[in-house]
Amino acid sequence: MKYADEFRDPVAARGVLAAIARVTDEIGATKDKPVHIMEICGGHTHAIFRYGLDKLTPPGLEFIHGPGCPVCVLPMSRIDECVEIAERSGVIMTTFGDAMRVPGRRKSLIQAKADGADIRMVYSPLDALELARRNPDREVVFFGLGFETTTPSTALTILQAAADDQTNFSIFCNHITVPPPIKALLDDPHMVLDGFVGPGHVSMVIGIHPYDFIARDYGKPIVVAGFEPLDLLQSVLMVLEQIRDGRAEVENQYSRVVPDDGNPVSIAACTEVYEPRPSFEWRGLGEIDASGLRIRPKYAAFDAEVKFGIGYGLGPRAVADPDGCRCGDVMTGRIKPHACPQFGKGCTPEMPLGALMVSSEGACAAYYQYGGLRLEEAV
Amino acid sequence: MNAGLRPMRRVVADRVTLAHGGGGKAMRDLIEDVFTSVFAPPGMEDQARLMHPSLLELGAQLAFTTDSFVVSPMEFPGGDIGTIAVCGTVNDLAVGGARPLWLSAAFIIEEGVPITTLRRIASSMQAAAEAAGVRIVTGDTKVVGKGSGDGVFVTTSGVGVIPPGRNLIASSVQPGDVAIVNGVLGDHGAAILAARGDMALTTDIQSDCQPLNHLMEAVLAAVPDVRAARDATRGGLASALNEIADAAGVGIEIMEADLPLRAEVKGVCEILGLDPLYLANEGTLVLFVPPDQAEAALSAMRATEAGRGACVIGRAVTAHPRTVVMKTVFGGGRIVDMLVGEQLPRIC
Repeated sequence: MKYADEFRDPVAARGVLAAIARVTDEIGATKDKPVHIMEICGGHTHAIFRYGLDKLTPPGLEFIHGPGCPVCVLPMSRIDECVEIAERSGVIMTTFGDAMRVPGRRKSLIQAKADGADIRMVYSPLDALELARRNPDREVVFFGLGFETTTPSTALTILQAAADDQTNFSIFCNHITVPPPIKALLDDPHMVLDGFVGPGHVSMVIGIHPYDFIARDYGKPIVVAGFEPLDLLQSVLMVLEQIRDGRAEVENQYSRVVPDDGNPVSIAACTEVYEPRPSFEWRGLGEIDASGLRIRPKYAAFDAEVKFGIGYGLGPRAVADPDGCRCGDVMTGRIKPHACPQFGKGCTPEMPLGALMVSSEGACAAYYQYGGLRLEEAV
Repeated sequence: MNAGLRPMRRVVADRVTLAHGGGGKAMRDLIEDVFTSVFAPPGMEDQARLMHPSLLELGAQLAFTTDSFVVSPMEFPGGDIGTIAVCGTVNDLAVGGARPLWLSAAFIIEEGVPITTLRRIASSMQAAAEAAGVRIVTGDTKVVGKGSGDGVFVTTSGVGVIPPGRNLIASSVQPGDVAIVNGVLGDHGAAILAARGDMALTTDIQSDCQPLNHLMEAVLAAVPDVRAARDATRGGLASALNEIADAAGVGIEIMEADLPLRAEVKGVCEILGLDPLYLANEGTLVLFVPPDQAEAALSAMRATEAGRGACVIGRAVTAHPRTVVMKTVFGGGRIVDMLVGEQLPRIC
């Protein structure tokens, strides 16, 4: 496949893997004293397990799976609120597919659908807007979630709806941003992180400079990476080289896609439509300052929180995760997925207890699905 | 009915109405004009009375299977619901070693379906039946109100005969046996996804739906020791392999580099975050043969239309029993598990 197979070349990969082993060695990292690199993005976590990269890198290199799976970090309370809106009469709730199975306190969207709510899977918020056009007597709500990768498409859809004066369309906005949780993790005294691999698709929108503080204020290297296995391996090598050389810089491995300054059109649309919330809850991580986006009052007509009177700050927050669920500890790298007492027992992809088991990008689901401990036992 | 008196185009309505399910003249016209006159030889009774010489062979076994088909959209590049309703049931018989002979076809039709659509479905069914060398010998239609169905649902049952001495069974797969597929994977699933049109994907991918019975006969003639075969329909190759690993208590190892995948299918999967191993196929099977007979099986398969792309994708192993492991192109490994529910496209 053009522009993909080139980045899956096994011969080239072996070369990069050898270099990774060499540099890890030069750093002096060992199995007992490993170097910790966090891949922030769930897409990277998925790629690591899908290609078995964690089995090919040296024992002195440990991946910490970061909070970059938007479905995984969505707090239970927001699922509850989404279900509440969906169950109101006349509402068509639209959502991305992988949000369907996320457990809420009462039920997931897929259960609410089975119970009779009109919940439909869409591939883009524009599909939801089109649904609103075709169903003028219904209120169509889009469950907007995701990082900077999906915020612009939701913003542009709101601008389109405003231009069309589409009065039966609104967004239940749960968009979040990547830099604040990284700062929160770096401020956490328990975290041991030596460097980061940054999500390339986020930087395609925001550029690489929002990460400057990681290098400048915390002295940690970060490399913005593409999603093919070779991209990922090369980025890991670049992080390791920075660590070895005592450098802390923001580097761009994914320059074939990511301009250093991002995409100004997307940024302008987002600035027009959203403003930061004072704080937003992240599942497993708690409240993080200025980490969520809400719709500006100017576009309140398209804000489901306003339309339905269900909103952040209106009800009690921070619904506790189920007993024994340690998603937060996994997400902060304190434990590996299989060290959670519920992993593979009370919590499986069939019956997810915690959010990290729901999306295929969640660390636990990737670990469970593609092997991890089971693979070590099996092979 | 009497074929000689068969009037053409007796149904003049544009769309199916509840009257077509009422048990009266309109229903009879629909059945005879749209369905039974197309299925050859035309005409059928509620009860099919059947005889075939192969049934008389000592040790022959009757094989009987049924399957329901719901697909949206009903018509897609490379086929329609009629094609898969015939191929699916034929293939269920074929991969068990049976020679398919007869099918029944039952239709649940939603009010409002265009008559021309039904005619196309019936003619696809007949074409697929002819390709497979089977006959549709009995059937039924029901009409349900608008909103109580989704276009047309088709249920086909199939009867075939397993010749004496043949015993394809998943539990007989042994470590060392070689896994062979007949061609590229995931075309049907990718074609359906693209045809749904809600992703604005433009591709030339065609569904792979095709009968596999001739292929099975060819490979069984060359390699009577074929241990087992599975058609990789819903749940894709991954599910078929897991079923075999489970039944035989063996591990299965497949090589990512050897999986036959079209670039377009890989592309669709990349964009949507799907795994081609789980995409549905409607004319793809995986079979296991003893290692010394792999070459013979491959040549026999490649000599058939449906098996031109036959290739080895892996083997059964003693390690990791009941688990399918894929060696990635980098030499890493990952478990290929059964799918939990349906594959949900990822957000980003």
